[in-house]
This record gives sequence, structure tokens and C-alpha cells, in this order.
Amino acid sequence: MQDMGIDVLFKGTNFLRLCQGLWVTLRIALLSMAFSLVLGFLMGMVMNVRNRFVKAFCRFYLEIVRIMPQLVLLFLVYFGAAKHLGIDFSGEYAAVIVFTFWGTAEMGDLVRSALVSIPKHQYESGYAIGLKKRQVYLYIIIPQIVRRMLPSTINLLTRMIKTTSLVVLIGVVEVVKVGKQIIDSSRYTAPAAALWVYGLIFIMYFVICFPFSRLSTLIEKRYAEYK
Amino acid sequence: MAEKVLEVEHLKKSFVPGEPVLNDISFSIEKGEVVVIIGPSGCGKSTFLRCLNRLENIDAGTMKLYGENYEREKRKIYELREKIGMVFQSYDLFPNMNIMENLILAPCKVQKRKREEVIKEADQLLKRVNLYDKKNDYPRQLSGGQKQRAAIVRALIMHPQILLLDEITAALDPEMVREVLQVVIELAKSGMTMVIVTHELGFAKAAADRVIFMDKGYIVEEGAPEQFFENPYTDRAKRFLESFNYGTVDKQDRGQI
Repeated sequence: MQDMGIDVLFKGTNFLRLCQGLWVTLRIALLSMAFSLVLGFLMGMVMNVRNRFVKAFCRFYLEIVRIMPQLVLLFLVYFGAAKHLGIDFSGEYAAVIVFTFWGTAEMGDLVRSALVSIPKHQYESGYAIGLKKRQVYLYIIIPQIVRRMLPSTINLLTRMIKTTSLVVLIGVVEVVKVGKQIIDSSRYTAPAAALWVYGLIFIMYFVICFPFSRLSTLIEKRYAEYK
Repeated sequence: MAEKVLEVEHLKKSFVPGEPVLNDISFSIEKGEVVVIIGPSGCGKSTFLRCLNRLENIDAGTMKLYGENYEREKRKIYELREKIGMVFQSYDLFPNMNIMENLILAPCKVQKRKREEVIKEADQLLKRVNLYDKKNDYPRQLSGGQKQRAAIVRALIMHPQILLLDEITAALDPEMVREVLQVVIELAKSGMTMVIVTHELGFAKAAADRVIFMDKGYIVEEGAPEQFFENPYTDRAKRFLESFNYGTVDKQDRGQI
């Protein structure tokens, strides 16, 4: 029988290497997301401040992030920092910085709009029963905005996982790059390997992202009832 | 003479400079008294209630709860709000908590009372307003009238010395208005001191010890309900009360339009 090339996946340490590559992908995405969650919450609160300068600054930041392709940001941080600031980030480090910069802006905007969507009388009835500002946020406002934001936050996370495939361009060896290496090294022994390798990578992304997006639909449904 | 619970003198408030919403309001209420404030929309009655528990800051005047000034206090206001209960027009239960959690939040977190003791009291209060079987439901599962009764209980469980009710039935269907007002009348009978803003004149007549009529930020008239509703002193109040009567359509006139 003709060699289909599928056995490339299991030759030597190939499969293990792909898994390690996937772990790099996940590590960058999850770490960036964790930072983005914390900073984004602060950002969202700051965005609701009535000060004009603060507002303009936030707007500017948000627009920059939206306009610039993530790839440009990656190059800017990775090469720009090395050339102009003399800071030598590792590729992964630079990636986390860029994704956090992006994620914070998006999270901030999510938190801001969720805060705006809470009716004023929710705050007031909290104050009216003697709660302090901190308690009103902790027990009443934050639980409500978290519920409202969950679907779009998960959406952001899956987008982040997918966008990490850009980091090959600043030399980080993640799952796509590992795949490329395997394909290149078996170019003569198994010419059809590309299909199988990319096929597996497709499945790997799917396995990671699908549960997240399922979760988000479930939450959306529950939230619809909860209203 | 009974003890004065709340005393307000020369209260002034404006949102836009030069356009006062409250104009030199002086007001006091005795223990166990029920005062009903009525007046046309925009006359400042809701703003007045909101000033009383300092959800709005005031421009001038003094406010005293049991003789203690509180019009300027920043820090003490949180303690004072425990003693001044308030229920709003919009159903203001917290949708992320069930009814029981809504009720016990403030007693446990603000007054630091024991959870078991608070739950026991909540059970009793819920039985009183016929909501005991709803205690584990979420606000979305309740009707408007039930939500509003739960909101009243949430204010009561703090043991307030005075209760402010801001048009609590304005967003309800007529049938539900009754079940909520019944609870308020029970409260009045039990000696709760209350300031009530309402458009339900029948209810005002039944519950009030004293009626205050406001217009354009002034107290225009003040008196016993029988006096006010039967024979108001001022023309403004007369006109206001007449606006609630619809003259019967004269059948003769119909064809002529």
C-alpha cells in the first residue's frame, strides 16, 4: 500500500513536539489573558471616569489597538525595543506584552460597556440599604457585569489563542512552527506529510477552542433566562 | 407631643443653577406618623425624598434625624442610611441574588448581625407579606407586585426608624397596586413612620395622617387628608385634584365635532 504520510505524525518524537508547540501557544494566550483580565477591569473603571483627558487618552489607546494589526505591534515590540531601547525581549516575552496590550484594551471596553448597562437604581438601592461604595461594587455590580461579559470574554480568549500563530514571525517556536519543521524535515521521506500535520494542528486548535465557545453559548443561554 | 423623627429646615436644591427644584422646604415628621406627598410630575417630590437619605446632595438647609444633623456628614451617611429605609419605583431587587440573599445582604454585611438570626427574621417578614414560598426564587421569577413587596421587606429588615416610599406602585398593574398598598397600610397600622410619594389618591386618603401638596419646588398646602381632599384651601390644589376627575362625555355634543 502506498505510504499516505500519516505515520509521520507518530515518528520519533513528532507528536510530542507538536504537543509542546501547542503548550507554547496556550501559555502565551492564557498568560496574556490573565493579565488582560486584571488590567482590563482597572481600565474599564478608569474609562468611566468623567475626566475629559482620561477619556481622550483611553479612546486614543483603544483606537491604536484596533487600528494596528497585531503583527505590526509584535514587530514594534520585538525589534523596536531591541533596536531603540536596547532591551532584548525573548520572543515569547514580547508576545505576552503585545497580547496583553491588545487584550487590556478590549477587556477595558467590555467592562466599560457592561458598567454602563447596569441601571442607576441598582447602585442607589444598594446605597439606600446602607452599603458602602466598595460593598455595592463587590456584591451587586461586579457579579452582574461578570455575567454579562462572560460570552464576549471567552470570544476574546479564543481569538487570542488563534492569533498566537503570528508569533512564529518573531521566532517563537509554537505549534504551527513545529509543524512546519516536521514537514520540512520529512520532505523527501513523506511528501504528503503537510496535509496530515496541518490536519492535526487544525484538530488541536479545535479541541482547545471548541469547549470555550460551547461554554460561551451555554452561558449566553443561561443569561437569557436569568434576565 | 410625640417625638420628632426627622426635621428638615429651609432645604434648597437645584440641578441647574438658578432653577431650584426644591425651594426652601421645611418639614418634620413625628414618630408613627404617615405623611403622604402628592403633586404634579416634576414638582420635586421625588427629589425631596432622595435628598432625605442623601442620594442627592443639597445646596442649603439642615436635616436632623432624632435631633442629629446629617446634611453635611460624609462618613456617617452610610450609618444613617441604615436608619432611613427607602423603596423606589423601579423594582430594585438585585437580580444576581435570590430573594433571601437580597434580604440578608445588608443586615449581615452592614449591621454584622448573625446570619441565622437574620434569616429567621426574614422568614417571618416574608410570611407577613405572603412571599414565604418565594424565598429561594430569583427576582425575575416574581411579578412586579411581589418584587415590590420583597423590596419593602428588604428595607424593613434593617429596622429603619423611618421609611421613604417613592412612587412604589407607579410601575405596577392596577391589581398589583392593591397587594402592595395593603402591605403599606399594614405597616402604617403597626406604627411605622413613613413618608410616601404617590399618585394613588385613594390610598393617600386611607393611609395618610397628613397630606403635603407640592408644586414647583414649594410646599403649597399641608393638612389633614379629609380637609385636603374635600376642601383644599388653595386654588392650585383644587385644580390638581380636579384633574383626576373625568367629566362624563356629553352625548349631545358628539355629533357636532
